[in-house]
Amino acid sequence: MATDVATLSSNDQIGEINKYDFRTESEAVFKARRGLDSEIVRQISEMKNEPPWMLDFRLKSLEIFQSKPMPSWGGKININFQDIYYYLKPTDSQGRSWDEVPQAIKDTFEKLGIPEAERKFLAGVKAQFESEVVYGSLKEDLSAKGVIFTDTDSAVREYPDLVRQYFSTIIPPEDNKFAALNSAVWSGGSFIYVPPGVKIEFPLQAYFRINAESMGQFERTLIIVDEGAEIHYVEGCTAPMYSTESLHSAVVEIIVKRGARCRYTTIQNWANNIYNLVTKRAVAYRDATMEWVDGNLGSHLTMKYPAVYMMEPGARGEILSIAFAGAGQHQDAGAKLVHGAPHTTGQIISKSISKNGGRSSYRGLVKVEQGAKNTKCKVVCDALILDSKSRSDTYPYIEIAEQDVSVGHEASVSRIGEEQLFYLMSRGLSESEASTMIVNGFIEPLVKELPMEYAVEMNRLIQLQMEGTVG
Amino acid sequence: MYEITQGAIELNGRDLVELSADARARAGLFMAFQRPVAIPGVKLADFLRHATTNMRHPDRKEGEELLPMREFRRELKAKMEHLRMDMEFARRYVNEGFSGGEMKRAEILQLAMLQPKFAILDETDSGLDADAVRLASESIAEFGREKMGLLIITHHDKLLEHNPPEYTHVMLGGRIVETGGVELAHELHRQGYDRIRKTYPEADARNRAMADHETLLSV
Repeated sequence: MATDVATLSSNDQIGEINKYDFRTESEAVFKARRGLDSEIVRQISEMKNEPPWMLDFRLKSLEIFQSKPMPSWGGKININFQDIYYYLKPTDSQGRSWDEVPQAIKDTFEKLGIPEAERKFLAGVKAQFESEVVYGSLKEDLSAKGVIFTDTDSAVREYPDLVRQYFSTIIPPEDNKFAALNSAVWSGGSFIYVPPGVKIEFPLQAYFRINAESMGQFERTLIIVDEGAEIHYVEGCTAPMYSTESLHSAVVEIIVKRGARCRYTTIQNWANNIYNLVTKRAVAYRDATMEWVDGNLGSHLTMKYPAVYMMEPGARGEILSIAFAGAGQHQDAGAKLVHGAPHTTGQIISKSISKNGGRSSYRGLVKVEQGAKNTKCKVVCDALILDSKSRSDTYPYIEIAEQDVSVGHEASVSRIGEEQLFYLMSRGLSESEASTMIVNGFIEPLVKELPMEYAVEMNRLIQLQMEGTVG
Repeated sequence: MYEITQGAIELNGRDLVELSADARARAGLFMAFQRPVAIPGVKLADFLRHATTNMRHPDRKEGEELLPMREFRRELKAKMEHLRMDMEFARRYVNEGFSGGEMKRAEILQLAMLQPKFAILDETDSGLDADAVRLASESIAEFGREKMGLLIITHHDKLLEHNPPEYTHVMLGGRIVETGGVELAHELHRQGYDRIRKTYPEADARNRAMADHETLLSV
């Protein structure tokens, strides 16, 4: 996302995107106050001109949030909920100057070759993102096909029936405390609807309709892939995302209907002061496939377990996850697969790396409901611990209520092999270069699934992480 | 693991003993392993490009530019063709799932690309069929002979067909017991090691003791 799409070459599909205009909208200034109560929630809803049902939903969710206890597992969460801004208008962040941005962040932009204009945006210094990427024609092309691709706020206003049909049906506010929080104060995020049979050939990126709000704390994304349709959505970027607000709690709901296919790719590299607590869940119906590709490189603490619920025969769920935890970081990441019908297949591949005192955990659930005969599911979780200061944990949960199933779980923990290091060094690579090459090889199963520009950035970012100079 | 108790290992007058593995490589030393380790997820081409860059620019700092892709690819293609390797092979992960023959050829490919000053080939013919051995022999001649120092460790003579040695060293019981020219190699191939064992009985005894020790260890 951070590379200027207009400068990409040769690949025809990506070349097409060059002709799209990118437009932004301006909004009135709104100054919120810190803290969370029903008045703030009402203000948020009013600012967005929402219909009454959404306001009611938010208020009910607020109550649920307030009544739920903090989770007793996962990472340590030190948040004073009353000391946070829950709604930041884009223009609010114009107050931040480039000088205030940490030097380490600036250095990383430099090293990743991020264009000047993007740096200020990513650092939250500029509200609007000016880019040569053209977005307007993209909208026309897609809407000619009947595809809806907009931000969720607009979708609530412009497609109320469609939104209302699906919104919070996959992740209700009662699901967990942070889903309830998001449900009360959500803002931004993507809404996508793909009509039956429509296959979108190039990845849709959050980047295309970006504004400061949508990179915000409480994004709410809803994607509906109708029968036989196909979509690949890419969210996030490898450049570090800097934010003064330290709590980010997104919710992503995805419905993949009969015979449809959806892939949702995330590369998250939030700055090291951020709590990134996310609920992501997809439901796959008959012969539908859902793939999560999840890269977690940043943040102080990430808790995220992309899930696929396979509800009808022939459904398939795949989750490919990597987590890199450096100094002061805890990646508590994983996956959930629920086999709720016979003849479904699932796969989880998790790769985690810890370095310099970082802590990387795999937390995963494979659940096979009664009656889900002929379930086939495989979990592979590999951990690479780069030094004796660092830590890796595995928390696999397997709940099987059916006999006629095949469920496998493989786990490995390793350090960089002495023999491998020696071999690469004997070919002229320094120890550091050899280690980086081995680590990049370790995450290759995920990297090869990324769109090319992400893959290149990902490898470069790993290199920087290995050098220990990333902010 | 071995501990060096005395002596020096010099390459063009430079002592390699205290150097790190990568410093030795940049000084010009190369070894083709008998069973090289796999590096999962790392494509052969990427690894080769990086290694070749470092060998041609020994002062290169980490993160600096690699060899330009086009040039590199051209050179790699030519050398792979000579080794009868499909270009697809360059996309495979280093040594992962390689057959014995593929491993050996990949090692020779590295030798061809890295162009060391001195290469040690450790049983580069073991486990190969006759055609593969002949190809290995020819390739070593093409890429190594007259271009660098070559130390070929072998039990057969097929590699020597295209690479007649200047010196032949016979090792027995952990020591070099005899050194000769090309005719020594021919003699050993024709007549075996009986004469050697008779001529150097202490070495022979040591050799047998070492073999027993190995048997004990493997039990």
